[in-house]
Amino acid sequence: MNKKKSIFQLLTEKPWETDQIEADNDHEGRTVNITKQKLGLRTIMAASTVLFSLFIVAYSDRMLVNDWRNMPEPWLLWFNTGILILSSIVFHQTTKYAEKEIFDKTKNCLYLIGFLAYSFLIGQLIVWYQLINTGYYATSNVANAFFYLFTTIHGLHIIGGIYFWGKTTSKFIKRSLKKEDINNLIDICAVYWHFLLAVWLVLFGLMLSS
Amino acid sequence: MSDENDHKLEAKSDYVADAPSVSTPDIDAVPEAELPDQELYHSHSWWTTYVFSQDAKYIGIQYALTAIGTGLLGLVLSWLMRIQLAFPGLGWLEPSSYYQFVTMHGMIMVVYLLTALFLGGFGNLLIPLMCGARDMAFPYVNMLSYWAFVVAVLVLLASFFVPGGPTGAGWTLYPPQAITAGTPGYNGGIILMLISLILFVAGFTMGGLNYIITVLQLRARGMTLMRMPLTIWGIFTATVLAMFAFPALLVGCLMMTLDSLLGTSFFMPAMVSLGETLTHEGGSPILFQHLFWFFGHPEVYIVALPAFGIVSDLLSVHSRKTIFGYRMMVWAIVGIGALSFFVWAHHMYVSGMNPWFGFFFATTTLIIAVPTAIKVYNWILTLWRGNIQLSLPMLFSLGFIVTFLNGGLTGLFLGNVTVDVPLSDTYFVVAHFHMVMGIAPILVIFGAIYHWYPLITGRMMDETLGKIHFWITFLGSYAIYFPMHYQGFVGVPRRYFEIYDSPYIDTSTLLLNKFITIAVLIVGAAQLLFLYNLFASARLGKKSEKNPWKANSLEWQTPQMPPEHGNWGKELPKVYRWPYDFSVPGAKEDYIPQNQPPSEIIGAKVEKT
Repeated sequence: MNKKKSIFQLLTEKPWETDQIEADNDHEGRTVNITKQKLGLRTIMAASTVLFSLFIVAYSDRMLVNDWRNMPEPWLLWFNTGILILSSIVFHQTTKYAEKEIFDKTKNCLYLIGFLAYSFLIGQLIVWYQLINTGYYATSNVANAFFYLFTTIHGLHIIGGIYFWGKTTSKFIKRSLKKEDINNLIDICAVYWHFLLAVWLVLFGLMLSS
Repeated sequence: MSDENDHKLEAKSDYVADAPSVSTPDIDAVPEAELPDQELYHSHSWWTTYVFSQDAKYIGIQYALTAIGTGLLGLVLSWLMRIQLAFPGLGWLEPSSYYQFVTMHGMIMVVYLLTALFLGGFGNLLIPLMCGARDMAFPYVNMLSYWAFVVAVLVLLASFFVPGGPTGAGWTLYPPQAITAGTPGYNGGIILMLISLILFVAGFTMGGLNYIITVLQLRARGMTLMRMPLTIWGIFTATVLAMFAFPALLVGCLMMTLDSLLGTSFFMPAMVSLGETLTHEGGSPILFQHLFWFFGHPEVYIVALPAFGIVSDLLSVHSRKTIFGYRMMVWAIVGIGALSFFVWAHHMYVSGMNPWFGFFFATTTLIIAVPTAIKVYNWILTLWRGNIQLSLPMLFSLGFIVTFLNGGLTGLFLGNVTVDVPLSDTYFVVAHFHMVMGIAPILVIFGAIYHWYPLITGRMMDETLGKIHFWITFLGSYAIYFPMHYQGFVGVPRRYFEIYDSPYIDTSTLLLNKFITIAVLIVGAAQLLFLYNLFASARLGKKSEKNPWKANSLEWQTPQMPPEHGNWGKELPKVYRWPYDFSVPGAKEDYIPQNQPPSEIIGAKVEKT
């Protein structure tokens, strides 16, 4: 019912004009035609994007100082990146299954995603362990410190994702929600997974290229 | 332009003239609700009703009381500092305590009082009520937001009790001194401060999510964005700013925590401290300054925009007149919000930046004066030929306009690089920012509390006490801050814990310092009067009728006052107009509430200002 309007159109409405009054009285009350959870996720992603962008700005600024010494990239990081890409693909598939109401496959996919997410976190911890054992401490160079900081913040985002994945999965298995509601939640988790993959690819790419 | 206006007027009256010919049910017709009603959490025990409440109204009150409590501490700290400044010979404070009090006073007032009170307090109380929602979008997250704030406050207060005391680095927390030996609280207090800020940001993000989604998605039917009260516009825009600005503070705090705890070198350059070479090398203190002010400047508007919004509504209601230039007001709020991200480096003119960089930021800073001036003109034009009621909210709003104008004008001086350089770090700056983001928003807060108090308690606050409180606060703050401008001009530096008779300091400065301190003590004590009024009126105050100020916005139109759990009884309100239809010719009353159906006001000729 609400026609899609740009923010500019919204702000230039003249609420005192006859046509506008009639149109406004019909307004259903929400600004965009998506669920509040979806919009909430977008808000959070926007705030997270700002957070990571500022980290990247700080990284690029600090990189220019001549005490900067690059870190090695352990092959395990590539492996972890692979896991993350795989889990995003699986999640994409899960939304398809959920849409078609294939209960078993959706359930298995959700479990697989949880497994992959935990593997990713464990993989990241092993990378930390390897790096610390080979003497790349956070204090020895600021490049290392940035690496630990980035992986921590990204990992915390993943943990947040796992929390909501857990809630969604349990609701899905108990079938305590209507179909649209549970699909909405699965969609949201999927979008968040893709977002975290994108963030990781940018951070990893940044650390590789410097 | 005037032709266009006439045309609009005509269009409007045509509509009204036509109205009676349309059969009555038609003009009230509103399509069936397409969205299901919100499911609410219903509390079962005393704990879940009053302590771990998920009702936005209670959370708002909780936020407000916590913020005011913390703010009182900030007030007492300012007393202690002023006594030290007025009587340097007494040895009242150690230098280190003075710096700690300055720091805590600044941080408490800006973040834990003003931000929390405007967004957490008024945001939670007013957003669902004014938008016509039953509650916030995510009530549970909303509760978490408040408790994260409480923990943040407790961590902050805990820093008073750790060895070394709270941090004394100044509220800007600049490294390297903030975490280097010699600064009070360099190893204990600063860590707690940073952790507290991190918690605050986390809590705020949860609250901010609620404010944004509720405003965007949960409004009543008929409540378009351009029919929202300006209060909501102000709070909404400020929340968006905060969601983008607080990450910068978070980044700065996290990296400084690591610098301090682990010994990394994000911000810490190679340096010698107390004869020893520190292990840090290569860090950039300027980077922290950029991060801090990328948060810090929008923070000014995070405080100011809700104040702008609220004061617009107070002025309109208490002068019984449509707000002048509603759309322009909305654009100004949005415009100021957008511009506020491009001015941060004007806090850093003396940090040794490229002159072109300074030139850019001076230009953007002066551009932001344009939408701000539009707002001031519109407030004045709202008052013009209005039926001005000198009620308490109106008095405070008038006080705000004058004070904000005053602080804004000194901002024009400081925004120019060449003028700023000699004035930088003097009392002129102190006077400027206290006027513009201290006194001005606080006057709005007082006005807003007097205005919405009946909505919360069902009783009015005492008028006489309120008037005494207003005049002491208003005149007193001028007694405090006007002399500081002068002190700044004669070059008295800020942040000095003791200013005594010397060839460099004029004798008048010392006299003024005593005068200011006496004013501070009186103004501070007058706030006790306010507190008494606030708490005593809840029991003793005159019973308020429903909608005592005859306002149009939805929060006064709830079936019960104070509104109950779920706000709206059985059915959600339907909105037919904006909240500014006051003194409409032909209408029975001098106000038309937003949810009054058109059939009840046939013959009223709504004019466009």
